Amino acid sequence: MLILECPYCGVKAEETELHAGGEAHLTRHATGSTDDELKFYLFQRKNPKGVHFERWRHVNGCGKWFHAARCTMTLEVFGTYSAQTFEPPKALLSSIKAKRPDWQAT
Amino acid sequence: MSNVVSALQGVSADGYVEVQEMGLQGMLTLRGDLSMAKLAKAVKAAVGVEMPKQRKINLNGQTGAAWMSPDELLLIMPHAQATATAAKLTKALGKTHSLVANVSDARVVFTLSGKGAREVVAKLAPVDMQALKKGEIRRSRMAQVPAAFWLSGKDEITIVAFRSVATYVFDLLANAAAPGGEVDAY
Amino acid sequence: MSTRIPNTGRFLDKTAPATFTFNGKSLGGYAGDTLASALLANDQMLMGRSFKYHRARGAVASGAEEPNALVNMGADDRFEPNQRVTTTELFDGLTAKSQNHWPSLNFDVGVINNYVARFLPAGFYYKTFMYPRAAWKHVFEPIIRKSAGLGQAPKARDADRYEHFYYFTDVLIVGGGIAGLQSALAAGQSGAKVLLLEQTANWGGRAPVDGAQIGGKSADEWVTETLAALQALPNVTIRARTMGAGVYDHGYALGYERITDHAPEMDAPRHRLWRIRAKQIITATGAIERPLSFAGNDIPGVMLAGGVRDYLINWGVAIGERTVVVTNNDDGYRTALTLHKAGLKVPAIIDARPNADGDLPNQARERGIAVREGRGIAKVKGGKRVLGVAICLQDGDGGAREEIACDCVAMSGGWSPVVHLWSHCGGKLNWIEEHAHFAPDPKRPPLGDTGEGFVVTSGTASGAMDTPEVLKDAHLAGKAAAKSAGFTPKRSQAPKATATTEAAMAPVWVMPKNATIELKAKMWLDYQNDVKVSDVQLAAREGYESVEHTKRYTTLGMATDQGKLSNINGLAVLSDALNQAIPQTGTTTFRPPYTPISLGAIAGEARGEIFQPLRRTPLHAWHEDAGAYMEPVGQWRRPYCYPRGAESHEDAVAREVTNTRNALGLLDASTLGKIIVKGPDAGKFLDMLYTNMMSTLKPGRCRYGLMCSENGFLMDDGVVARIDEDTFLCHTTSGGAENIHGWMEEWLQTEWWDWKVYVANVTEQLAQVAVVGPNARKVLEKMGGMDVSKEALTFMGWADGTIGGFDARVYRISFSGELSYEVAVPASQGRAFWDALHAAGAEFGAMAYGTEALHIMRAEKGFIMIGDETDGTVIPQDLGLHWAISKKKTDFLGKRAQQRSFMASTERWQLVGLETVDGSVLPDGAYALAEGMNANGQRNMQGRVTSTYHSPTLERGIAMGLVLHGPDRMGEVINFGRVDGTLIPAKIVDPVFYDKSGEKQDV
Repeated sequence: MLILECPYCGVKAEETELHAGGEAHLTRHATGSTDDELKFYLFQRKNPKGVHFERWRHVNGCGKWFHAARCTMTLEVFGTYSAQTFEPPKALLSSIKAKRPDWQAT
Repeated sequence: MSNVVSALQGVSADGYVEVQEMGLQGMLTLRGDLSMAKLAKAVKAAVGVEMPKQRKINLNGQTGAAWMSPDELLLIMPHAQATATAAKLTKALGKTHSLVANVSDARVVFTLSGKGAREVVAKLAPVDMQALKKGEIRRSRMAQVPAAFWLSGKDEITIVAFRSVATYVFDLLANAAAPGGEVDAY
Repeated sequence: MSTRIPNTGRFLDKTAPATFTFNGKSLGGYAGDTLASALLANDQMLMGRSFKYHRARGAVASGAEEPNALVNMGADDRFEPNQRVTTTELFDGLTAKSQNHWPSLNFDVGVINNYVARFLPAGFYYKTFMYPRAAWKHVFEPIIRKSAGLGQAPKARDADRYEHFYYFTDVLIVGGGIAGLQSALAAGQSGAKVLLLEQTANWGGRAPVDGAQIGGKSADEWVTETLAALQALPNVTIRARTMGAGVYDHGYALGYERITDHAPEMDAPRHRLWRIRAKQIITATGAIERPLSFAGNDIPGVMLAGGVRDYLINWGVAIGERTVVVTNNDDGYRTALTLHKAGLKVPAIIDARPNADGDLPNQARERGIAVREGRGIAKVKGGKRVLGVAICLQDGDGGAREEIACDCVAMSGGWSPVVHLWSHCGGKLNWIEEHAHFAPDPKRPPLGDTGEGFVVTSGTASGAMDTPEVLKDAHLAGKAAAKSAGFTPKRSQAPKATATTEAAMAPVWVMPKNATIELKAKMWLDYQNDVKVSDVQLAAREGYESVEHTKRYTTLGMATDQGKLSNINGLAVLSDALNQAIPQTGTTTFRPPYTPISLGAIAGEARGEIFQPLRRTPLHAWHEDAGAYMEPVGQWRRPYCYPRGAESHEDAVAREVTNTRNALGLLDASTLGKIIVKGPDAGKFLDMLYTNMMSTLKPGRCRYGLMCSENGFLMDDGVVARIDEDTFLCHTTSGGAENIHGWMEEWLQTEWWDWKVYVANVTEQLAQVAVVGPNARKVLEKMGGMDVSKEALTFMGWADGTIGGFDARVYRISFSGELSYEVAVPASQGRAFWDALHAAGAEFGAMAYGTEALHIMRAEKGFIMIGDETDGTVIPQDLGLHWAISKKKTDFLGKRAQQRSFMASTERWQLVGLETVDGSVLPDGAYALAEGMNANGQRNMQGRVTSTYHSPTLERGIAMGLVLHGPDRMGEVINFGRVDGTLIPAKIVDPVFYDKSGEKQDV
């Protein structure tokens, strides 16, 4: 039962207000893409033991999608941030790096 | 029209907190860039209040505006005025990218009155009701359906939910407010 | 015999006697009793039969750790099995029955298992009931089910109510002993919001029983004062009869409040489940005493030494007249001293240690109690009650030297901190050699959302064993938790308490050390699951090296015990058998809840009428008044049909179809999703969402559209109306509105956030009525208002206006093939409009029709239905909907996926109509058989039925289905299988059965 702070309405929402949306920062591959690209877009998901970037929706709340960076082992939440971005904010990446020196962004 | 009716036509329940369906309430959904001065001006003209800040509700008698998300407001007015206000607002916004929708009839409104109003909500919503401030609107869920609520008076909470689940929400509230269920934790 | 001693019992209210029954026998007790203490006060030592061997069992403990004494409570709609007598407060009128025996508690035939126990070793079921396979279902399982298991399942609907309560706090403290109280005080004085829970009705825990002295006062006085101090703090909430049941991720915890269990006459929720979010959690959960493993340690009258003490001091109950204490530590002597002080006989203290010369043993000697050092119990004499013990050398093999007559054995194997809540969410443990127990490792706590620990332990739960240490630890825990929660603790000291000195305990895992196999087979490790020392040793011999495997093989520590009594002793025996140290073996996982909580509490308010939300349209009351038979459509309830009098559903549906096709049908279509899509990029957006082109739709016109997932599969359909240049109104399926609204928001928020589009779900704003049939136009024209003529409002057009004085938006769309208008009015006027339609339509044969008539009429027209023709694996191309898939668009959701080789294959089953040769109705979901077998030896298939009905219009069965190469096989007859193995031949035909040219809808 996680708690994630919605970056849009500022509510520290408990999991029953939220809807999980899977891996973040996927690139949509449409017409003209190769089968391999399509596979990675539709099916191939990261399943890291450690730092993971995810999509969540504050569905029983302001309705907004947002991103969360979370450790899948300890459930530590490194931060939540806007859905309108292609990559995690630089400051968040450095704070994760500071806490998990061995972690490599992939 | 005399045959215009709310979902539950004013039903009430007397528990240790009183549950009352409030009849029809005019409500508009306004989607747009809330940071635009033009939007704030149109809202002020339509419902007579300032643009509410994040999670705030500004009420002035029968009218008001509530912050629903960074690009959505709930505007409140008497039911009979909703259509006219919607038209006025749409006109005022002109070419500004926005959406005004009359949702008055898509909603049901309840009040909870009594000392235990906060704790009755806390039986159904995963929200720290002890910390809810006056002037704040909280969107969450009540048991299995979405709801929004705010403090509308001393020991009074107003709750907005969807019309189709009006009976469910009323039954939930009446059940939670039934005598003997006092928690007395606040 | 066990009996009540007058003028004792600190919990009892002697002015409030209570009468209760056990197995039909009427007995007496007092307010403040537990069912256990009241039974024992009446010399009812035998309380149940064990799970596997049906051995006679009584209470072995006095609290939540009790494994044996589970009973059936109450009757009828308040019947509940497996209630722990030690945590059941007595009330006047309580009824309880013992369980797991037949025909009676005193004479139980299942006890035969006891005598064949050597044929029922660990893993017996796994080994024995394997072959023949069929025998398991028909022979073994029914017999095992009858003789195993504990209480019976309730049959009546639960008469009580339950609720949840969401609570947020800075600090949650579980446990209301002196540690919990002191932690609460220290945390509360910082200003932090504190919630303190205690599972029993009483505060103070064991300290008053053990005679602790705090600040020069008795523990009882200190508890009273501290409670008053806590009650004076407005930021502290205290709650008795509320168990901290579990600790979960990110500071989530469950509190299980038992409101009316002790007073069923109260009109209140029976249980309340507190769903707590705490920044910090303090577990002040105390410790549990360990049994000793000697032969016959499960015979009624053998009890934990602490329990014997509790019964005497708290409830004034003497378990026996002559009690032998057997111990490996000094604490056991407290029981001997307490009993002696009460005038009860203690013939001997059997101490497994070679020397017992500490303060407490010396006090016992001074009072003339015989202390037998280096001794153990070889075996307990007795069956349903202890008669005596045989004493042997602890280092020997059990050869008994002497026997002592007694009717109670008080055993103490040392104390283990209650680490359950600490461990639930990942807190780690250290093995403490000194006390031979696991204690929380404060350096490895459960981690919260910030990555920092969110649980601290307090007092005995930390491993602190003496009162001054307990209070000091508790005080620091309270301050630490407050600080972690963002508060500044006050400078303060823990109260001073009187220290007691105890000599070191000695770990004793088997008594005597070299006991014979016969003795080991009667040494119980896990009373509840009937696991003995011999079972664990057998598991080790058979290769079960992992503690988790051994647990499952032997059932050690499973079920409600969760390792409370069995854990350490079992681990020690396993470690010994594996010849390794206990920390190397490790411990099994502790799982929530700490003790079982009621299913009612978990369900909370969700039962009966509010089990789940039912969505009702503005016309719902009319449907109910009209006697509609309702069916669920998502969470909506829609009329399936409106039977009249004794009419069957089939007849009602046929009547409704026929009337709609011949006169005038009215359908409540309010459940259809209605979503406004607005903005300069709205057309572009809808072109991406729908397979067909929406941006070219003209204002005032409607177009049917299909939506696919990115996987290419069809997920929703509906009619889109263009309102103006920037605005569209999208209709979705009933029950699909919320999903599609969410789907739109997802793409707008997460992919095309620079597109200027806003959406709003206005589904419930409008009541929508389909006015269908040859007389549809007549009724609308009679009501008057807007022009609905063929010329003014053409097929697939829409217009705003008024109908009979109602503001209305009218769509000329048809899902039945008839002349049809869908009219939307504000929901608040929906009922009035519906009534007005019926009034005006009476002369035209107006009649409401339900969803089944709707389905039949659409099937007669060959229209697909999401959820019938689609199941999440079907693409529009399978359904012959190529006309609705734009070839011009370079992209839409699902387009790329539909280009995959499998999707483009001509071998995919295609939609066709099906007509049985004999006119009967095909079974829904039936498969069409093909020649040969597949690799699994199953018959090959070549198609399946997706929709099937009796058509009242055509007076025969009609169906749609997906068939291999179907559209190329028109006229061919294929065979569909029935469940009984017989076949129905059906001809492949065009899916449009009725009015193929479509002239009826365009009049």
